[in-house]
Amino acid sequence: MNIQTQIRRTAAEEALLEACAVRADGLPGDARVREKRARAVELLKRGLPNRKVEIWHYTDLRRLLSAVPAFDPTAHATPREPLLAGAAVLPVLNGVAGKAPVPAGVTATSLAERLADGSEAALLEPADAHDTVAAVNAALAGDGLALDIAAGAVVEQPIELQNVHAGGQAHTRFAVRAGAGARATIVERQTGEGQALVSSVSHLEVGEGADVAWLIVQEQPAETTHLGQINVRIGKDAKLTLFVMNTGGKLVRQELRLVAEGEGSKFRLRGVNLLSGETHCDVTMVLDHAAPATVSTEIIRNVVTGRAEGAFQGQIRVARDAQKTDAKMACNTLLLSDEGSFSAKPELEIFADDVACGHGATVTEIEGDHLFYLMARGIPEKTARGLLVKAFVAEVIEELEHEPAIEALEARLDAWFAEHG
Amino acid sequence: MLEIKNLHARIAEDGTEILRGVNLTVKAGEVAAIMGPNGSGKSTLSYVLAGREDYEVTEGDILFNGGSILEMDPAERAAAGLFLAFQYPMEIPGVATMEFLKVAINAQRKARGQEELKIPELMKRVREAAQSLEMDMGMLKRPLNVGFSGGEKKRAEILQMKLLEPRLCVLDETDSGLDIDALKVVADGVNALRSPDRAIVVITHYQRLLNYIVPDSVHVLYKGRVAKSGEKDLALELEKNGYAGLVGEAA
Repeated sequence: MNIQTQIRRTAAEEALLEACAVRADGLPGDARVREKRARAVELLKRGLPNRKVEIWHYTDLRRLLSAVPAFDPTAHATPREPLLAGAAVLPVLNGVAGKAPVPAGVTATSLAERLADGSEAALLEPADAHDTVAAVNAALAGDGLALDIAAGAVVEQPIELQNVHAGGQAHTRFAVRAGAGARATIVERQTGEGQALVSSVSHLEVGEGADVAWLIVQEQPAETTHLGQINVRIGKDAKLTLFVMNTGGKLVRQELRLVAEGEGSKFRLRGVNLLSGETHCDVTMVLDHAAPATVSTEIIRNVVTGRAEGAFQGQIRVARDAQKTDAKMACNTLLLSDEGSFSAKPELEIFADDVACGHGATVTEIEGDHLFYLMARGIPEKTARGLLVKAFVAEVIEELEHEPAIEALEARLDAWFAEHG
Repeated sequence: MLEIKNLHARIAEDGTEILRGVNLTVKAGEVAAIMGPNGSGKSTLSYVLAGREDYEVTEGDILFNGGSILEMDPAERAAAGLFLAFQYPMEIPGVATMEFLKVAINAQRKARGQEELKIPELMKRVREAAQSLEMDMGMLKRPLNVGFSGGEKKRAEILQMKLLEPRLCVLDETDSGLDIDALKVVADGVNALRSPDRAIVVITHYQRLLNYIVPDSVHVLYKGRVAKSGEKDLALELEKNGYAGLVGEAA
């Protein structure tokens, strides 16, 4: 009698492996890249993670990824107006990088080139056996953009990395290196039309003393599965503000993997998740404080309506020699419907003894007192609720210190509330 | 303008009856003072008038300009011209005061079929009203009532009242927490709103405010009913003899 060791693959798992097989020969890459791809496919063959895998606890990918659409060679994606007025838009359409001018001090290379010559190979390695987002992307991505921001360059014009799909599958990679002392604002826009499986993996290196703001704005349609990941290394005395806004998608996994590896580096995560309909949205952060005197604060604000469900996992690891680390994390949720839910799991692993770390999570509803006060001034209930919801998340947006970004994100917020509030 | 008829109301959550048959009529142009000891139902009456959901009307009616307002939500009542100046104005983080004023004024205008005010006109009106109340415009950039002192909150209430131009103003313990200078400023603000087509209901525990806002009628609320009504002298009498004397009389 045979002992069955292999769990039966789901239709989605089959379709994913099928896509890998079909795509393999057409993707650019030297021998090293091909080897990495083959290993990524091996990882996927072991099956998608389920809730028993701790880091996937709130997103049982095996169960939730119900279908994987085939690549659609006829899909035609079109670039969008930039989110921030006047930004330089660098489009990637259905996983293929377009050509566009970049601001002075910035050099852009197509990721296809870096795959072809093997310089991207090291970045294709998943972090571990459960790094499914990296594996899917490594196996299937053939293009994207690499940006090099020269040391000392102060790039005033915001850059928008615009990843647009038009259904089917789209897998994109971004690699950005900000040289020492460079300053830049980068928007990573994730959008599109129709049913799709999208993966987008970014690598960001913030050089010594550099100051970077990176805004992930995910506004996928309600039929799209979005698997996003950003991997960041923050150098000595460097500053990074990472802002994440999720307003769409069917199944969204947004992974933020960061290492504060330079002494005195400062990191801020600000997140706004506006969840409606049947969305499942999971933001998972793993932050390593690997050097002394690093500071981080993480504030996540969630608004949940309909039957949406969300999760935030925030893991902060403080290495033994990362003394004087200061880390504060908060996750606050405004539940607007009885059928919605949000789970927050802060996790601190501290191996140093001289640190200040704290976290908190709250789930609230709109305060009846506040609503009454606004209504008593003649503001209709829906408008009053909108004001209060906006107030709840605007606080986080307004920390951005970048007026065009604040305006653009608040406009997104208004639009979301007008549609779903 | 306002007719309260045999009004009974209870706390929705636990059913405690607070108002036990209030009867009160306030005419256009009239300033009516409602006085009463703690727990007599003064604040409840103001909340029930404004339409707060925490209270249930079980009997009676509230007529405003001849029509019942019981089925109207707080926003509809406000748009119809009812204004409650809160005893404890809520602090609302994240909502800038100026933005709030703009939304409130224009929501009411829209509900009345008037055109929305453009920003310059709105700013002009706000500036004038703030000046008359000796308020700093800088305050209006801050989130609504957040970090305002007690006096600043009360001024902000009167500012809103001036800007919204209600037909019926209900002032709930507007004097509490005010020093004498602030009290005069606030009272002047209220007196400036006195007009033949507007009624003002001043709810207060003490007679002090009534030296500055002189009422046409005084009503004593006791155990959820109007136990006694009279002219402005009644307030002085209460100040002298306390509510105890009146209780004996009413019982």
